[in-house]
Amino acid sequence: MSVTTQPPSGTQHRDADVDRWIEIHDLDKVYRPRKSAPVIALQGIGFTVRQGEFVSLVGPSGCGKTTMLKILAGLIPKTSGTARLAGEEIEGSRRDIGMVFQAATLLPWRTILENVMLPIDVQRLDKKRYRARAMELLEMVGLEGFEDRHPRELSGGMQQRAGICRALVHDPDVLLMDEPFGALDAMTREYMNLELLRIWRESGKTIVLVTHSIPEAVFLSDRVVVMSPRPGRMVELVDIDLERPRQLELMQSDAAGAYVRRIRKHFNAAGVVH
Amino acid sequence: MSVAPPQPATDVDQAPAPARSRFDLRDRPELALVPVSFILIVLAWEYGVRLLDVPSFVLPPPSAIWESLVNQLQTPRFWNNLWVTTQEIIAGYLLGVTTAFLLGIAVVQSRIVEKTVFPYVVAFQTVPKIALAPLFVIWFGFGLTSKILIAALVSFFPMLINVIEGLRSADQDQIELMRSLDASKRQIFFRVQLPNSMPFVFAGLDIGIVFAIIGAVVAEWVGARAGLGYQLLQYIYDFNIAGLFAVLVVLAVMGLVAHSFIRLLQRRFAGWTETERTVGA
Repeated sequence: MSVTTQPPSGTQHRDADVDRWIEIHDLDKVYRPRKSAPVIALQGIGFTVRQGEFVSLVGPSGCGKTTMLKILAGLIPKTSGTARLAGEEIEGSRRDIGMVFQAATLLPWRTILENVMLPIDVQRLDKKRYRARAMELLEMVGLEGFEDRHPRELSGGMQQRAGICRALVHDPDVLLMDEPFGALDAMTREYMNLELLRIWRESGKTIVLVTHSIPEAVFLSDRVVVMSPRPGRMVELVDIDLERPRQLELMQSDAAGAYVRRIRKHFNAAGVVH
Repeated sequence: MSVAPPQPATDVDQAPAPARSRFDLRDRPELALVPVSFILIVLAWEYGVRLLDVPSFVLPPPSAIWESLVNQLQTPRFWNNLWVTTQEIIAGYLLGVTTAFLLGIAVVQSRIVEKTVFPYVVAFQTVPKIALAPLFVIWFGFGLTSKILIAALVSFFPMLINVIEGLRSADQDQIELMRSLDASKRQIFFRVQLPNSMPFVFAGLDIGIVFAIIGAVVAEWVGARAGLGYQLLQYIYDFNIAGLFAVLVVLAVMGLVAHSFIRLLQRRFAGWTETERTVGA
């Protein structure tokens, strides 16, 4: 099913170019600890994301992919360069993004529905109106009947699905996901990947996903931004030209295997075992 | 914080088993063990004292303590003493924990308050607060005020430290989540930091009430005209050890009732706090 309850129409970004919905240009991030030498976390990053596109940032630990995502979310400031979202420079927290974290990060004292409604609560939106949408989202991810349970009563996969509902409830333009399935076991993870593709198809959101799993990035994305560590740089931007909708069998295909090998090559060359 | 440990998800669609009934004796053996051990201890005490012919001014048998307790309960003086001490405990406790709660919030929210107040707190903590009781009696007299202030002072510190620790224990991911939703500092406080601190706050309340009882009783020893602590001293002077034990029983029951009341509040208002955590008393 699809989510039919549309939230009250938000801000329209008429000036924004749908082909450059997210625009990163020559972006640097340098951490300057007080008592030690500066650390270059990101250097010369540049890519664009079309509206409705699924883009993954992939790379080993320390390549700055999470830092990049937090800059997109406005949680940390960039040092120099351009970072625009929907035609506006990103300056601080914003309300047109939804974020999914590695841990589901549900508040244990709230029920599942109350957790999903957290963005509505925080942003003082019309609770009655969004409640119907929250229930539809929960139904979409197969959590109907669990809305009055507390997070500890749910399995890890179920908690993460509730976290995705929370990120979608206020109808953000962009979904930012920081290794959302990293804490799940392999089978749950495959299932959640299929779920995510379905949610993406039905909601039409722009998704930027951070992962250290190359096959996951290939399976999910339209494009993959490949990053290397110390300092975090982009080494390649790979268009994933595989048919949609995608099924798990796709990963056994030669085409998918070729993409995985092509991306992995960068890390083998860098001596990163993965 | 992690109240609920991450659960292994073997099957995404499998809901965890429903919790078992609360009153299964196999799950809660203490429901049987506590009364049984209590009876055994009382019996051993009663017959041990008789067999070994221990003088009753050293250790009276439980039967004598019980008898004294029943007699005391029939005197208006006992009820007056109980009322005086209860007032001291409750007023002192509320004063102590409320002040500690508000100061704890101020310390966590403001760096200036933290830097200014904390050195005093740390320095004061090493002072045995009970040792201030004689001073307080000199300053505030033999009445309720000096007892209330001592009870407040001794319950203040465990509460303060738990509140600070609890507010600081807020999960960084939860705070980042709130920031990603463009939440204000105030919203982060009320929706994440304050609820997160509840296990600590209740631990502080729990330790605090026990400390308040000790504080009130000890303050009465130093100088008072009424109260259970005052009564204790009278019995010691009279060598009425059974009477002394009876008052101790009353104090123990007061402590148990207060502790249970706080646990009840915790279950009612912070039911998600399954595991208890405590920071140094």
